[in-house]
Amino acid sequence: MRETTYDPAHIEYVLRLGDNALILGQRLCEWSGHSALVEEDVAMANIALDYIGRARDLLTLACELDGGNQSEDDLAFKRDEEEFKNFLLCELPIGDFAWTIVRQVLLDTYHFHLYDQLQRSSDQKLATIAAKSIKESTSHLRHCSHWLTRLGDGTDESHRRVQDALNEQWRFTGELFAADAIDEFALAVGIGPDLSDLRERWHAQIASILHHATLTQPIDAPPVAGGRQGLHTEHMAGLLACMQSVQRAYPGLEW
Amino acid sequence: MSKNLPLWEVFLRSRRGLEHKHVGSLHAADPEQAMQYARDVYTRRLEGCSIWVVRSADIHASQEGDAAAFFDPAEDKVYRHASFYDVPDGLKL
Amino acid sequence: MATPSNVAIAELEEAFQQRIDREEKIEPKDWMPDAYRQNLIRQMSQHAHSEVVGQLPEGEWITRAPTLRRKAILLAKVQDEAGHGLYLYSATETLGVSREELTEQLLAGSAKYASIFNYPTLTWADVGAIGWLVDGAAIVNQISLCRTSYGPYARAMVRICKEESFHVRQGYEIMTVLARGSAEQRAMAQDALDRWWWPTLMMFGPHDTDSAHSGRSMRWKIKRQSNDELRQKFVDQSVAQAEFLGLAIPDKALKWNDTRNHFDFGEIDWDEFRAVLDGEGPCNHERMEARRKADEEARWIRGATLAYAEKERVRSSTGTES
Repeated sequence: MRETTYDPAHIEYVLRLGDNALILGQRLCEWSGHSALVEEDVAMANIALDYIGRARDLLTLACELDGGNQSEDDLAFKRDEEEFKNFLLCELPIGDFAWTIVRQVLLDTYHFHLYDQLQRSSDQKLATIAAKSIKESTSHLRHCSHWLTRLGDGTDESHRRVQDALNEQWRFTGELFAADAIDEFALAVGIGPDLSDLRERWHAQIASILHHATLTQPIDAPPVAGGRQGLHTEHMAGLLACMQSVQRAYPGLEW
Repeated sequence: MSKNLPLWEVFLRSRRGLEHKHVGSLHAADPEQAMQYARDVYTRRLEGCSIWVVRSADIHASQEGDAAAFFDPAEDKVYRHASFYDVPDGLKL
Repeated sequence: MATPSNVAIAELEEAFQQRIDREEKIEPKDWMPDAYRQNLIRQMSQHAHSEVVGQLPEGEWITRAPTLRRKAILLAKVQDEAGHGLYLYSATETLGVSREELTEQLLAGSAKYASIFNYPTLTWADVGAIGWLVDGAAIVNQISLCRTSYGPYARAMVRICKEESFHVRQGYEIMTVLARGSAEQRAMAQDALDRWWWPTLMMFGPHDTDSAHSGRSMRWKIKRQSNDELRQKFVDQSVAQAEFLGLAIPDKALKWNDTRNHFDFGEIDWDEFRAVLDGEGPCNHERMEARRKADEEARWIRGATLAYAEKERVRSSTGTES
């Protein structure tokens, strides 16, 4: 047992980051073998692998901070729905390729700026994970924003598909910047960044990406939120039922 | 719309100090996409530290039918090889 | 009397066969008999399609893998299958056939893929069994193909073999953990072996005596070892592996033969083999449906990519903003 005890808000902050990576990674896994282009099967799997790897690092860190009595797998496979603290945007179904690319651009841009800041986190281990993550996010964002440009500035059909996906997903982006007590704690002790600053960076870059892709930025509507309080969309139950099926059917075994 | 995306040839430098070597091909719409896919498809196990992608259509290849006229004239120029020359015993040259 | 062009072709074919006999590789720009080219296109595209369709049965379990470590490994493994499909498509395209044509042949049913992928994955143990047996059998075949006469195919095989050894090991590791686990895990492992053993033996194709393309393929050194030789090799190597796991291979006729220095084994159910090959396996429809859906999406995506590339070309030639 370690001597230092960590603030529950610190643990919760890391857990949220881990859940975002895990749930988005889990969704991306669904593309395996189903991509339109075989090249894209390989590319999408690379992105998914990065997210799963990041989730493992973050969940392991959350376990360490919490006294080391649990493992990454306990957190991934044994928690109930209301204990997952990911953004709702991460758990939405994969949709078509346009839908997936739009979500990736929105979240990869977020992760790019977030992990850029987290490299300077007062939590050394988190800063180390961030230094690795920023390289991954740079490459994800490059890949996905190029795709967004091709689809947005491609044919009428591709433009319509990405614009529709963007309009539908936009209301889920407010949640990315809605600071609560956990974020305020993280900011105060230097673990995490200022979300209002992050929001500005994100908006500026998204505006430029959308402009380049000839897409129209949707008008801000009342945000849909709840993931960080464990209140999820209807899609989450199915995602977890699938992900946890083996562990739930045969509890307590080695695999 | 059922046209193929253009074909690209991929060349990898496996480590610094070595030349780029042809490893295969892939389909992509533009150089950026070709580069990204080349990374994903051909360097999953750190096989390279530098990539070239070239549109296959831009490669001019020598013709097999022409090989005799094209390459054979070098065959009898054995004097281009160091091993052609006698070196006196015990001498380093 | 032979016409001059027939004489010329006979001479070319003679020279071609001599080149093969000297173990020289055939390269894309070389003259080759049309039948050699067609034979290669058939075999290589079937191989490529198998890699791509082969993502599907195991892909079912990436989202359900019981640990995050297993999830990452399986995802990387299935990703390799897509990569291998690409290596092989790329090698096939050197024969003058486009990826688009190859995909059309698959969707039209005129090109085949390995019938093993028409069986369903029912439990986590199936992921282990596929890695151990199906990839194990594939490697036996692929190692032999590293010496195939067509250069691009041989090079793709060398690359694939290097990567596939991880696939077999991850599968066997899954089986090892299950075999040493609880009673239900052992039962799960045995059940997977029971269901995958015979379909795996079918992967090597019909008996040499019944194989339509075998003789010529061997003469041209497209294939280096016969179906039955490769199958025997696989059976021989698998027995000890199953024994180590404490699992029973579901074949009562399986027995060491001192005179042959090989294991004897039972007869494959060839009716089942033909039925699955003809599209009547448990999952043929689902596999083709998945590829058809991917192809439909590919159409609008390719359309968009080409339209964008054309706009960029115009913009750069007229000097407007890109």
